[in-house]
Amino acid sequence: MSKMVAFAAIQGGYNIVSKAEGELKQALATYDASTKVEFPNTAYYLPVIYSLTGIKVQTIEDMQKPLQIARQLLPAHVKRVNHLPYLGPLLDAGMAALFAFEIQEALRYVREPDFYLPQEEVDLDNGKIWLGAADDTVFRKRGVEFVDGSAPGFAAIVGAAPTPEIAKDIVEDYQKKNLYIFLAANQNGTTVAEQLVEAGVQIGWNTRIVPFGPDISSAIFALGFANRAAMAFGGIEAGDHKRMLIYNKDRIFAFVNALGDVGAEWAAAAAGCVNWGFPTIADTDIPEILPTGICTYEHVVGNISHDEIVQKSIETRGLKVTVSEIDIPMSYGPAFEGERVRKDDLYCQFGAKEQCTELVKMAEMSEIEDGKVTVVGPDIADCEVGKAYPLGIFVQVAGREFQTDFEPILERQIHHLTNYIQGIMHIGQRDIAWVRVGKSAVDKGFSLAHIGKVLHAKFHQDFTKIADKVEITLFTNKADVDKLTKTARAEYRTRDERVESMTDESVEIYYSCTLCQSFAPNHVCTVSPERTGLCGAYNWMDCKASFEINPTGPNQPIEKGECVDPKLGQWKGVNDFVYKASRGNVTHYNFYSMVQDPMTTCGCCEAIAAMLPMCNGVMTVNRDYMGETPCGMKFTTLAGVMGGGASSPGFIGHSKFNVTQKKFILGDGGLKRMVWMPKMFKEEIKDRLIKRGEEMGIPNFYDMIADETVGTTEEEVYEFLQKVGHPALEMDSIVG
Amino acid sequence: MAEETKAKAPKLADPIAASCDVATQEMIKRAQDLGVETCFDRAVTLKPCAIGATGICCKNCGMGPCRLPLPKGGIEGEDTRKGICGATPNTIAARNFIRMIASGASAHSDHGRGVAEVFLSAARKETDAYHIKDIQKLLQVAPHLDVAITVEKDGEMVDRDIDEIALEVAEVALAEWGKAEGELKYLKRAPALRYEIWKKQGVLPRNIDREVVEIMHRTHIGVDQDYKNLMKQGTRCALADGWGGSMLATDLQDVLFGTPYPLQSEANLGIMKKDHVNIIIHGHEPILSEMIVAVAQSQEMVDYCKTVGAKGIQMGGICCTANEMLQRHGVPLAGTFLQQELAIVTGACDAMVVDIQCIFQNLANVAKCFHTKLITTHPIAKMEQDNVIHIEFDEHHALEDAKTIVKMAIDNFKNRGEDVVIPQHKNPVIAGFGVESIEYHLGGSFRGSYYTLNDNIINGRIRGIGAVVGCNNVRTRHNEAHLTVVKELIKNDVIVLTTGCNAIACAMEGLLTPETAQVFCGPGLAEVCETVGIPPVLHMGSCVDNSRILLAANEVVKAGGLGKDLSDIPAAGSAPEWMSEKAISIGQYVVASGIYTVFGTTFPTTGAPVFQKYLFDDFEKIYGGMWDFEIDPIKHAHKMIAHIDKKRKALGIDKARERVLMDMADRQKLDVA
Repeated sequence: MSKMVAFAAIQGGYNIVSKAEGELKQALATYDASTKVEFPNTAYYLPVIYSLTGIKVQTIEDMQKPLQIARQLLPAHVKRVNHLPYLGPLLDAGMAALFAFEIQEALRYVREPDFYLPQEEVDLDNGKIWLGAADDTVFRKRGVEFVDGSAPGFAAIVGAAPTPEIAKDIVEDYQKKNLYIFLAANQNGTTVAEQLVEAGVQIGWNTRIVPFGPDISSAIFALGFANRAAMAFGGIEAGDHKRMLIYNKDRIFAFVNALGDVGAEWAAAAAGCVNWGFPTIADTDIPEILPTGICTYEHVVGNISHDEIVQKSIETRGLKVTVSEIDIPMSYGPAFEGERVRKDDLYCQFGAKEQCTELVKMAEMSEIEDGKVTVVGPDIADCEVGKAYPLGIFVQVAGREFQTDFEPILERQIHHLTNYIQGIMHIGQRDIAWVRVGKSAVDKGFSLAHIGKVLHAKFHQDFTKIADKVEITLFTNKADVDKLTKTARAEYRTRDERVESMTDESVEIYYSCTLCQSFAPNHVCTVSPERTGLCGAYNWMDCKASFEINPTGPNQPIEKGECVDPKLGQWKGVNDFVYKASRGNVTHYNFYSMVQDPMTTCGCCEAIAAMLPMCNGVMTVNRDYMGETPCGMKFTTLAGVMGGGASSPGFIGHSKFNVTQKKFILGDGGLKRMVWMPKMFKEEIKDRLIKRGEEMGIPNFYDMIADETVGTTEEEVYEFLQKVGHPALEMDSIVG
Repeated sequence: MAEETKAKAPKLADPIAASCDVATQEMIKRAQDLGVETCFDRAVTLKPCAIGATGICCKNCGMGPCRLPLPKGGIEGEDTRKGICGATPNTIAARNFIRMIASGASAHSDHGRGVAEVFLSAARKETDAYHIKDIQKLLQVAPHLDVAITVEKDGEMVDRDIDEIALEVAEVALAEWGKAEGELKYLKRAPALRYEIWKKQGVLPRNIDREVVEIMHRTHIGVDQDYKNLMKQGTRCALADGWGGSMLATDLQDVLFGTPYPLQSEANLGIMKKDHVNIIIHGHEPILSEMIVAVAQSQEMVDYCKTVGAKGIQMGGICCTANEMLQRHGVPLAGTFLQQELAIVTGACDAMVVDIQCIFQNLANVAKCFHTKLITTHPIAKMEQDNVIHIEFDEHHALEDAKTIVKMAIDNFKNRGEDVVIPQHKNPVIAGFGVESIEYHLGGSFRGSYYTLNDNIINGRIRGIGAVVGCNNVRTRHNEAHLTVVKELIKNDVIVLTTGCNAIACAMEGLLTPETAQVFCGPGLAEVCETVGIPPVLHMGSCVDNSRILLAANEVVKAGGLGKDLSDIPAAGSAPEWMSEKAISIGQYVVASGIYTVFGTTFPTTGAPVFQKYLFDDFEKIYGGMWDFEIDPIKHAHKMIAHIDKKRKALGIDKARERVLMDMADRQKLDVA
């Protein structure tokens, strides 16, 4: 009965808002009103309040206004008989509660700065399991998975299961379905997060199980995550509450699982979530709200058994999850990708001090037997605990549509496909691969042949168009591995040369990438050989393969057509395509310029370059760098300014790899304009930067690029440039 | 002597047969016992003219009246009936029909004009009594009248001064009655397809008054003698009512007095209190009654009450004044149109204050039998009987006039007779639904949207929307058709929007409470009502507020999923017990807006079958909506349901909706949010 829900939730709303008011009053009495409040490293203030009202809460004082709004949102209590309508008031009460939650959590950051651990992984040794608000780095990194579909949504679980085993079963089921699991609140002091730790499940962003906090108020972090996605990727402006929430309803497939007794405060929180179109599915017999409208399907569903809660939740949210069932004894899925095999968990490893090499080669149809997996040499059963062994993973693929160009693409999959196995960790690629086998996997009967099984099954699933037959051989004898490594190295060299010789001029076809359009509906990437996708995940060859695999998919060939501007990199064919694919929002853009009509970005770019007019150059900052930059904005602020499919002159989103591609902002003078990069970014691409410097005839160019150790203001950078004689200073004015 | 009296005694109404409402039955009986004649008794002795009732009596010139009765069993072959001038039954019925529209449209629109004039005074700050109360509504209305709400200042757009907006809105609105050029501004509020249909048909009203004048001209002897052409003007005039006079009246009233939001009250004669001064306000405009309600609540009057031995003032309303005061202030409903005499028959009515429309002249005769002061207030609505007091009300002296009236009622308390009988029947009511409050209640401040309604129509929990409105008609059992139609609709999962006396009838029956849903509704509608916490029958206001229903339907179209025009949505209109010419005007603008509309009790074109077929069948091809007539309330409801089902089928929502599970590829195909 909705009336009972309304009754409880409105009561809950009053309790929560009153509590928050009390806390704020106390904070104002304790701290200076101008004391800064923020969630760690975010450009979105208190994201729920900011996204829905446009109010930027930066100090304790600033909290008064949103809390007043929360108070005003609280409706009259529902009368027993002849009551007034309550659906609208119920949802308002829920929203009031959520605003109050966000304020409570922000105050907690002021009062107890160390309560939450602001990182991606928990610290079990120090008993720190609550991670609090995701900072923008985590949010962007993880947000991309929502954007590209590798994470179809999230389950926000509040409370605790009756036993740790049940908690584990439910959560692992979600993991297998690739969902993120956000954990908040407790049931009589017990939390799912603690239950999972007890059951030996690794929790943290890496395994997609995110312990936000022990109180119901921490559930607000899940909504803050969702709304930031709407702002960053969907281009929804802060304060446009209606579109913000509809965006969530249509595109962010999230829901709430309430485990345990649902009190007034949980009811208020659930009502709040309904505003987002996120339904609540509970394991207790709570009053249900079944008619549709605010959510896509039911709003509140109760009394669902623990066996059924996962399936029921997904159905209620209207989500289709395709799970790859792989016939191995371990759980399998992207949620296990980030799981670590730590020293204590290690059974044995391949690589490390031993050689570990991976190679995918095309074969003739008649040469190989599909599904055949051979382990040549000792298998896990023959390995000693704690020891390292050599390994060669040799995959042969045959198919009528298969091309040698696709070999590296499939080979690159080995890393994450192997990592998806629960209890197995894979690091590196090519001839520097490294496989760590956990004890838990061995307990379940892990064999090296399972890697082969996984690769066979997944290559068929994901590359069904091009892979007709797949055979895998795993070598563990040193001699075999060395032989394979020798062949492989020759292959790598040939491939690299082929890729490097490819230029934008050498091909007539570029590829579009609209993978992000589920989130950024106006954004269209165009990928050319010398401009990899700005997310870093897709180069020209990947797009080509992707098109062959799925001809109606997000990567479509674009005949680049007549060249409109060779310097800035503009083609008629590309413009026509972009106009159509952006639904008329973007008429044209340039590949090689960040100053004049640059390409759009969805918000999931690896790095953002920005103009530094005083230095007559540009800087770039990668997503992982949290500090200030000379353009006056952190990465996250920059991304906020230009995400959501907009073309923003003066800024460009790009991949890390793109920096050393020859056409990088060539229209604006090329890499020679680069005056500042974060140290970590510089070091990451050091070899390639040095090589490019030599090609440009400036062998010490690497050292001429300033970083944060030089300074984070344009003045400091400028001074440095003068000192080192940076070429940008001598170039034509960048403003043009 | 006794025998003589018996022989002369007029035939009296059977109270049970006259009304299905117990309070009404009790008061009819009491009136008869006291020898007070009411409309119910007169209906027994005075029969309607059979020729006039079927629309084929022409009295538009001094050569007639020409009466062209339709033979029983109809006419085989050519219909050769003609008036002196040769007018066919079609011409005559069409002329009469559109003259009814002219009258009805005039009533609503003159009401609207009155409001606009008060609005102008308020905007000019010439009156202390009236103010711009609902600024949000003003800002919402202004753009529809092409009044800017922002202005450029130093190169930036800033909010425009509210007083300035109000003044321009007042001036632009008033011009709608008589501007020399152009067309009514509100027409563009309709879906684009609807506007195009009107444009194509040449029925876009130019200004409100002109369309009425043109009807009078065209129906003069020897002018327009083509029923189709006559109906074009009828349509144009009706649209000037629905999308003009009535809509302006509603909007401007909301700005002046506040947009209604759901509230609780009570209905039926049982709301009157023996120990209170009972003031009944009756008629249609809120302008005067707003002031009376304000004055009656003042401490001064409450104290004054005590001096005459009354515990307080009980206000109660009849007809649409009642609906206006209910939806904004929770003033209880005393009764419907047919209960106006009965409120006085209680002996407890200390004053009945009337303004315009639907006021029985017989009130004066009934009042004469009791102590009741009958006060007329409007310069255009006086009565000849000498016991009627006329206190002319004008907006510049509004509070003083209201005070005089309330004081007169209080002073009259002591003149009450011993014999006071108030029927102890009343029911709780949740009223005050409007376009804005429905939107809010369908999702709150953040997600409020008609889409919630649409979604439940699409998924079949709600079958469709029924707009059941209109008067009472003493020729049929009071309220029975109203309640039967409404109950049949909600039983079949059709949500009902109601105004006017249908709203009051439903209120008296207790249908305007959320609890009703579980008792009378089909399972789907009951579930939705429970979810939103609403009654299955939503009180949308007075008869000018039928414009709220138009705009609500408009919002349904805008919210998506149910077609692109008003004629696409699964909806139907009904006036089961109509009697006023206003109902014909309303019916015509609803039909011309694309909505199938069924009338009960009687229909004024039955004597001209060809013309009637034009209204009932051919109209569907022109406007997507058409008239129908059905006396039997169950059949009446099922005709509406059949139409709703037809529309559901056309929309492809006649089958159960499947649960669509979305994967990433599906999401990528989504349109831009």
